[in-house]
Amino acid sequence: MSHDHEHDHGHVHADHDVSQHDPEAAERNKVPFYGKRIYAIRDLLIKKGILSREDVQREIELMDSRSPANGARLVAKAWTDPGFKELLLRDPKAACAELGIDASGVTEVAVVENTEAVHNLVVCTLCSCYPRTILGRPPDWYKSFAYRSRAVVEPRTVMREFGTVLPDSVEVRVFDSSADVRYLVLPRRPDGTDGWTEEQLAALVTRDSLIGVTEAKTPEAAAVTAS
Amino acid sequence: MKFSPGQKVKVKMGEPQGHVRTPTYVRGKEGWVERVHGEFRNPESLAYGGNGLPREPLYMVGFRQQDLWQARYAESPSDNLYIDLYEHWLEGVPNA
Repeated sequence: MSHDHEHDHGHVHADHDVSQHDPEAAERNKVPFYGKRIYAIRDLLIKKGILSREDVQREIELMDSRSPANGARLVAKAWTDPGFKELLLRDPKAACAELGIDASGVTEVAVVENTEAVHNLVVCTLCSCYPRTILGRPPDWYKSFAYRSRAVVEPRTVMREFGTVLPDSVEVRVFDSSADVRYLVLPRRPDGTDGWTEEQLAALVTRDSLIGVTEAKTPEAAAVTAS
Repeated sequence: MKFSPGQKVKVKMGEPQGHVRTPTYVRGKEGWVERVHGEFRNPESLAYGGNGLPREPLYMVGFRQQDLWQARYAESPSDNLYIDLYEHWLEGVPNA
């Protein structure tokens, strides 16, 4: 394909292959409107010198280094160490620091505990607020219009679709994280796990149980998944 | 700090434009202050390049689900919802 590499000619490269000189361009052309807009905003911020390409890359790598495994470690330790559980509920950032998890950042974190009498569920109806500094990126369904609009008005029905059936005697508390605080659920420790190590227990703590749409896995369910 | 835990509050009505963090489904509804989170910069100013100052108290406010949705809430009557609201969205309600 012939194409001179003069780039200030003011038209959009829509109909020819620019991926030769821009390795990202092919990928960029596949994404929908809002994705393209994000790329355009990023490029503008770089061009204006507000961010560098390295800043963007560093932030992506930092975000990718966070995962629900951090949440599982916090929960497993809280299940085995009452002092740590007390700290996790009172000062989640300090509890994270104790396990070497960097949860610093502008948003606050609150941990809400499931008990025999109370089950907690987290949603962000306005956008996609999520404890990203601990768990990384939220799942796509968490950001969906369906989850955001239904979790507040029919939480038990939504949870049932995730396989979670709670008796009416258990109070359901929905947390709509609308402002500067991110919520993390501390699920109940499953029965039949006496004497388990933190590592074994952490394997029962799923991302979805940290959001509250499910409970932690039972030992039986974990055995099925492992086999 | 105008309100303390346990105090009854009502969310103000209104349809202000902009980056408002108070969803419409809680506007005009009565609940209670569950927890005081501290003071934060006001996102309604921050979102538009402002400095968000003065900082505003942020409260975790609890609502009975049936008070939010009335008959539309068809699940357990003991269920509750908690949401974080900035002080300028709240007004006091006399405790009955």
